[in-house]
Order: sequence, then C-alpha cells, then structure tokens
Amino acid sequence: MGGTAAVRARGVVKSFGDVVALDHVDLDVEEGRVHGLVGPNGAGKSTLLGLLLGLTAADRGRLEVLGTLVGRATSVPAGIAGFVDEPGLYPSLTPRQNLAALASLRGSDPHDVGWALAQVGLDDVADDRVRGFSLGMRQRLGLASAMLTRPRLLVLDEPTNGLDPAARRQVHRVLGDLTDDGTAVVLTSHRMDDLAELCSEVTVLSAGRVVFAGPLEKLASETGDLDHQVRTTDVVTARAVAARTPGIRLLDERDRGSRPGGDLLVVRGPLPAMDELVVRLVRAGVGVRELGPVVPPLEAAFLALTADEASEPEAAA
Amino acid sequence: MSTTVVRAASTATLRPAPFARGYRFELLKLVSQWRVRLLVCVCWLAPGAFVGVVSRQSALPADTVFGRLMHSTGWAGALVVLAFACLWALPLLTALVAGDVFAVEDRLGTWRHLLVAVRSKRRIFASKALASATVIGLLVLGLAVSGLVGGLVSAGDRPLAGLDGYPLQGTALAGRFVLAWLCVLAPTAAFAAVGLLGSVALGRSPMGLVTPAVLAVLLAVVQLLPLPLAVRLALPSQAFTAWRGLFVEHVQVAPLVVGVVVALAWAGVATMVAYRLFLRRDFTDLAVDGSGARLVLAGLLPLALLGVVSVLVLGLTTTGTGSGVDAGRLEGSLATSYAHLYRLQAAELGRPAVTEEQLQTSAACDKGGSLVEDEGPGNDWRCVVTWHLPGARAVGSAVYQLDVAADGRYVADGDGPQEVNGFFLLQAAYGPAPNPLWQFDGLVDLLAPTRKD
Repeated sequence: MGGTAAVRARGVVKSFGDVVALDHVDLDVEEGRVHGLVGPNGAGKSTLLGLLLGLTAADRGRLEVLGTLVGRATSVPAGIAGFVDEPGLYPSLTPRQNLAALASLRGSDPHDVGWALAQVGLDDVADDRVRGFSLGMRQRLGLASAMLTRPRLLVLDEPTNGLDPAARRQVHRVLGDLTDDGTAVVLTSHRMDDLAELCSEVTVLSAGRVVFAGPLEKLASETGDLDHQVRTTDVVTARAVAARTPGIRLLDERDRGSRPGGDLLVVRGPLPAMDELVVRLVRAGVGVRELGPVVPPLEAAFLALTADEASEPEAAA
Repeated sequence: MSTTVVRAASTATLRPAPFARGYRFELLKLVSQWRVRLLVCVCWLAPGAFVGVVSRQSALPADTVFGRLMHSTGWAGALVVLAFACLWALPLLTALVAGDVFAVEDRLGTWRHLLVAVRSKRRIFASKALASATVIGLLVLGLAVSGLVGGLVSAGDRPLAGLDGYPLQGTALAGRFVLAWLCVLAPTAAFAAVGLLGSVALGRSPMGLVTPAVLAVLLAVVQLLPLPLAVRLALPSQAFTAWRGLFVEHVQVAPLVVGVVVALAWAGVATMVAYRLFLRRDFTDLAVDGSGARLVLAGLLPLALLGVVSVLVLGLTTTGTGSGVDAGRLEGSLATSYAHLYRLQAAELGRPAVTEEQLQTSAACDKGGSLVEDEGPGNDWRCVVTWHLPGARAVGSAVYQLDVAADGRYVADGDGPQEVNGFFLLQAAYGPAPNPLWQFDGLVDLLAPTRKD
C-alpha cells in the first residue's frame, strides 16, 4: 500500500455470545479510495462497519482508524461519519431539521446543511417531512448527513439501495468528489455494478472471515472459466464449430436457464478459447450477434468465493 | 455538481456532543411528534373548558373531592382538575411521553445514528430523561394553569371551604394550590421513571409505552383492597391523594411527606435501573432491541425490593398494621369540620358570629352498630355531633352518615335535624343558598395520633 492508511485492521475478532461475527479479519483502506465490503447476508459486514463507526469494540485484534488505535466503543477519532443498515432519520423532522440537529451535535457549521442537501439533490424538499420520503431519498439524505461533518473516513452501508439510475449516478459523483479530495470511503453493496464503478479494492467476507482482499481486477481474474452465451445466425453450425474448438465446452442451455431450441449457445472456457471460437465461427460463415458472460465476472467470483461458507477461506491478499 | 471538502484539522478522539445540544435535539424530536403536540393542546385547553362547562351545570361531580363546591368558587374547579389528573391523566401523560422516548429509536432504527452523533450513552440517557421531564412538566403546567383559569373565569376567586370546612382564600389558598401541584410532581416523576424503565427494558415493544398506565391501573386496584396503612403509604401513588391534606386548616404533613419521599425513591430507583440497563445494551445488532425476560426481571426486581423495604420501614415507624381509620380520628376530624362549617352556615343565615372555641364541638361515631369494631373504611359509620351555643344552656346535636374511604376521605351526609343539616338549602339573606352542613367532604389524617376519649 502506497498511500496513507485510513483504516488498518489486523486479526480483528468480534463475537456475540456463541456467534463469531468477525473471525481474525484484516482490512486496509487508503485515504482517497473507495473500498468495497462484499459478502452474503450475515457475513459480518455490518459488524465491521459498526467497529469503524465506534458503535462497538473488537474482542481481539488491532484496529487503527485515521491513525488512532481504537479500543473502546464510541471512542473513535474525529473525522468519521456514516451509517449502518439504514440512515438514522427522524420522520417527524424535515431534512433540514435532521441535518441541523446533527450539525449542532457534532459541532459542524450549520451553514453546511444547505450545502450537504444540495450535494445529494434534496435541497428542493429540504423543508418537507422525512415521513413521506422514498427509500432512495432517505438514502441520499443519509449520505448528506454523513457528509455534513466533512469526514475523512466515510462508512456507508448500501448507499445506493433503492436509488433510481439518475440518483445512483449522483451518489457516485458525490463519492467520487469526496475521494478526489482525499476522503476514504468504506461501503457495502450487493450490486456488483456499483462496486465495479466505485471501488478500487474490495474485501469479500464470508461467515465472518476474509475470503478475498485486493484490487477489483484481481477479483474478476480469479473467477476462472466463465460461462458465455453466444447468439449466432446459424445455431446448428455454431454448435458444431464450438464442439471442435479447443478449450471450449458446450453446456446444455437448460442448465443455464436458456430456452432450448433457440438461437442461443452456452459455452464455458477461458477467454483465449472464446477468442478462438469467434474466429472459427466467422471463418465458418456464422454471424456472431452477441457474445457475453452469462454471469458478470465479479458476480461469478463473488458466488464462487462465498458459495460454500463452510469451506476454508482463500485469502488472496 | 461539485464537492468541496474542508479537511478536518484534527484526528483527536471524537468528544461527546455537549449535553445541552443533545437535550435540545431530544426536545425537538419530542415536540415534533403529533402525539405530543396533541397532548400539549389538550392539557392547555381541555381542563379550562371542562371546568367552564361543568361549573355552569346544575349537577356537579360530587363524588370527586371539591366537586360539590364548583359553583361556590373557581378554586374548587381547579382542584377537581388536579384530582382527575391524579386519577388518570398524569400516569397517562407519562406513559405517552416517557414510555416511548427510548422505544421510538428502536422502531425508527436510529440508535446507531444517535450513538455516532452523540458519542456518549450517558449523555443520551440524560438528554432523553430531561427532555421527557421537560415535556411532562409543560403538560402538567398546562393542566394546572388551564384548570385554574377556567375555574376563576367560571366561578370567580372566592374563598374555598377546605376539607375541614376551614375557609381558605387569597395568597394562602394560591400557595397551597401551587404546593399541591408541586407535590404531585413526585409521583408523576415516579411514573415517568417507570415509563423510562419500560421503554429501555422492553425495547420496541408497545408494552414499554403502556408501562406507567399498567402501573396506575395496578395501584388503583391495590388501593381498593383492604390493605394495612403501611402498604398504602408505600405505594408510589400515595402523594396523588395525600395533596388533599394541604387543604385543611392545619396541613396534614406526615402523609404528604411520606407520599413524596416514597414517590421520589421510586423515581430514583427506576431511573437508576433504566440507566444501568441502557448502558449495558449492545447496539451493534439492531435485531436485538435489548428486551428480554432477564432485562424485565432486572427492571422489576429492584422496584419490588423497594416496595418491600418501604412497607417494612413504614410498618415499623407508623401505626401501619391498621387501616388508619378509627373512631377517634374520625370524631376529631368531623368535629373540626362541623365547627368550621357551622360558622359558615351562621354567616349565611345572618346569625351572630361564633368561634370554634365557643362551640366546643365534639362527635361520637359508631361503625355498623355494636357488633362491628369501630375501625376501618366503610359507608356504615354513623356519627352524632354536639355543640354549645354561647348564652344557651341547651346542647345542639346533629346526626351524620359517613362514607369513609380507605385513603381517609369521607363524605358526611346530614341526617337531621332538618333545620341544621337535613336539607340541602338554607334561607340566606340574599335568598336560597346551599347548606354547608348538609353534605360535605372531610379528610381523616391517617397518621395523626389517635384521640383517646
């Protein structure tokens, strides 16, 4: 890691009774980067975010946040903001009142309230009650409340959950601006496209353990052979060509959920073999209308890593 | 859209938010709730309207203390509001405010947000408790002011015949009125603390919201039972009735002090238990709202222990094994009331003024005939009051049927002679007027030394 570490966790353990929520977790987040936390439900993502926000303390291990060793709950350094699960909003208050109260509690500049609301595009509903807000509006207001304290570390739990495409783009832009200015962002998401757009690095958790940590490209490359669907002008010839192409294995469309007898062919193999298949199809006079992975690489990697939570972790970092 | 971020200069450990700001935030959250706003409106308007309407009706709420005097003075209406408030309104108000102040964060899922913002569980608890107390204080003030204004506007600022017939007026009466409301703040605080405890211990469950109301119902049922005086005095709602001892010539201090002290002890213990439970709660897992049998037990046991200790202490320091109602105390109370009211009747009839000393009033009471012991509450008390008139050799006597409640309040119903206490009207100089000796409310001091004849 070349940059300054906003978060450095080593061997962090957190249990709730007999349930081990985090099992010797390591985490490195650099300033000015967006780091994704991925994992199935119950993997320990929220617990880890809670530790970063100072909601609870680790049972064992070492956690440094913004250069400060964090031991006791609610004694994290200044400069951290965010939310876990859902933004904490009071429906009987307006967005302006919610944020003004937070600014007062945290000693922020009250003039920043208008700025934060404008950043997330909620300035036109600033004086409406939050009670009537959609999930997406609440998410954006949660982001505004987190930005209000001008954090150096922003911790967000599924910040794009419930957002329409335009609002999602807006949130992406805000996060990009923040990281450009050096803010570190740790976020969770179940949307791989979000992770692909936002994150430079990801940590994949499964059953409280880290099963992958590193750059997003590395995660994608760890997937191995991907299933691809090929749509051609002549499916019969294409099937014959695919069967003769080295490294390519034909799959039964029914196994992949495709409609049998259509113009779709599903094959599995490494990317060079896919390239060779396309060349052979063209030589055979078969037009290729579409070629793409059945499951996106990131999602495939995620599924592969977390498919069997009982298996031994494959820490790649 | 462009974002400009001003970097925080320090990475010093985040300090808890100042208490005053947390308190203001909690207050803002409370007053922004429609339920609280509605309560404020009701408390500041309804009592005045109620007293205004009832004071203009011919049928008065005579079963409520001072209710029969609502035509006579505006202070009676204000005290009827206080009596009603003690019966249901105050426990209900505390339930709706304090009983939900913690649970609402569970329902909204805002605990983590609040903890991150405030950074101190202690300050969150203190802010919530004080904000609840502030709102409850505002509601109580509304009840008091509204009832008083409604009463004074409807029936005027006239002297009030106390529960021993003694005429109270002016600043003395106003002072006792204020003191009465201050005294009921103690049991109100106890119910509010129980509400806080319920809200902390029961999490998002609506049971936390109704805890003070459930306690009020429970205590009301207990008070109906023939329990020893020590048990009655050990109830946190004791001061909800003991304030009536302020409205006599010589204030019945002991029951009031006991009631206030017990209520404050309940408030203190319940608040401390709620505080400890709150500090121990882990907020990492929102699926767990901190409720559970262990927490409920941890909340209830200290209060049960306090109740037992209170009963033991009061049993040892007072004549706590009996009911506190006996012939001696009743006779003393009735004789005093009769003397005061006789003077009032004499003034209405335009007769020469007499003093209580001149009247030398005494009473002889019997409960249920010779086969029943003259002790305890009931509606089978029969008393004969005798008095002397200056210059007259004959001794006057009048008969009363008494309905005595376990809390010491009684209703004396005149049984004759008709010209003294047998008819509800008398012929005053200005026309027919209510006969003060016909029916009146009295109050036995349950902790007064028993008068031995």
